[in-house]
Amino acid sequence: MTEATGGVERDQEYGSGTIKKFMYVNRKAPYGTIYALESLEVVLIAAAFDQDVSLAFIDDGVFQLAKGQHTKAIDVKNFSPTYRALEDYDIEKLYVDKESLEARGLTEDDLLVPVQVVSAEELADLMEQQDVVLSF
Amino acid sequence: MKIGIMVNEGPYQHEASDSAYLFAKAALEKGHKIHRVFFYHDGVNNANKLTEPPQDDRHIVNRWSDLAKEHGIDLVVCVAAALRRGVKDELLAPGFRISGLGQVVESGIQSDRLVVFGD
Repeated sequence: MTEATGGVERDQEYGSGTIKKFMYVNRKAPYGTIYALESLEVVLIAAAFDQDVSLAFIDDGVFQLAKGQHTKAIDVKNFSPTYRALEDYDIEKLYVDKESLEARGLTEDDLLVPVQVVSAEELADLMEQQDVVLSF
Repeated sequence: MKIGIMVNEGPYQHEASDSAYLFAKAALEKGHKIHRVFFYHDGVNNANKLTEPPQDDRHIVNRWSDLAKEHGIDLVVCVAAALRRGVKDELLAPGFRISGLGQVVESGIQSDRLVVFGD
C-alpha cells in the first residue's frame, strides 16, 4: 500500500487515464466536528490521482478558510495553514458561497487563500458540471 | 449501473448507514452493481464486530457483512479514520478490510455514480 495514493497502487488500472471532475463540498465549521479536517485529508490524497479537483465552501464551511484561527485553548490542532498548501498540490479552484460569507459578516479579505466568491446559482451550475460531488 | 457508496456516519447514532444499506439493497434488486462501500469519519464504526445491539433491533454490522458476502461487495474502512477511532484489523467484522483514502477516489473514478451518505 502506498501512502501518497491512499492504498491504491498507481501501476494498476484505476480508471484507464480517466479524468473526472471532483468537487469537495465543505459545509461545516473547522472545529466542533472532525468533518473539515477529514475532508481536507481526502482532498490531499485525491490530488495524487490527477483528477480535476475543486473545493466549495458553503454555510459554516466558509469559516474553514477564515484567517486568524487560534485553537490552543481547545487543545485541537490548527490545520488551517494546510489550505495555503493546496496550490502546491495544483488545487486552485476554491469556490466560496457569497451568501454564506455575507451572513457570517466575512469578506474575501478575511480568508486565508485566494478564492472565487460565487452566488448560490453559480455554485449550483458548477455542481451540475461535476462527475463526483463529495459533501462533508 | 456501477455504483460506489460512501458512508460517513456511525451506526445507530445516525441514519446514514441505514439509508446507505437500504439504498444498496434496492439498487442491487434493480440489477445495478455496487462495487465498493467506503466507510469514513465515524462510519468506520460500522465495521466493529463487537457491536451487539438489543435482539429486537437490526444488526447494522452483520447486515453489511451479509450483503457483502452475498453480492461480492468490497467493504473498505479508511485507515486514517479507523486508527483515530481505535478500529483495527482484529476488530473487523467479516467482509470488511482496512485501506487508504485512495479507495474512495478510485471508486469515484471507476463507478458511474458515487453516492455519499452522511450528515
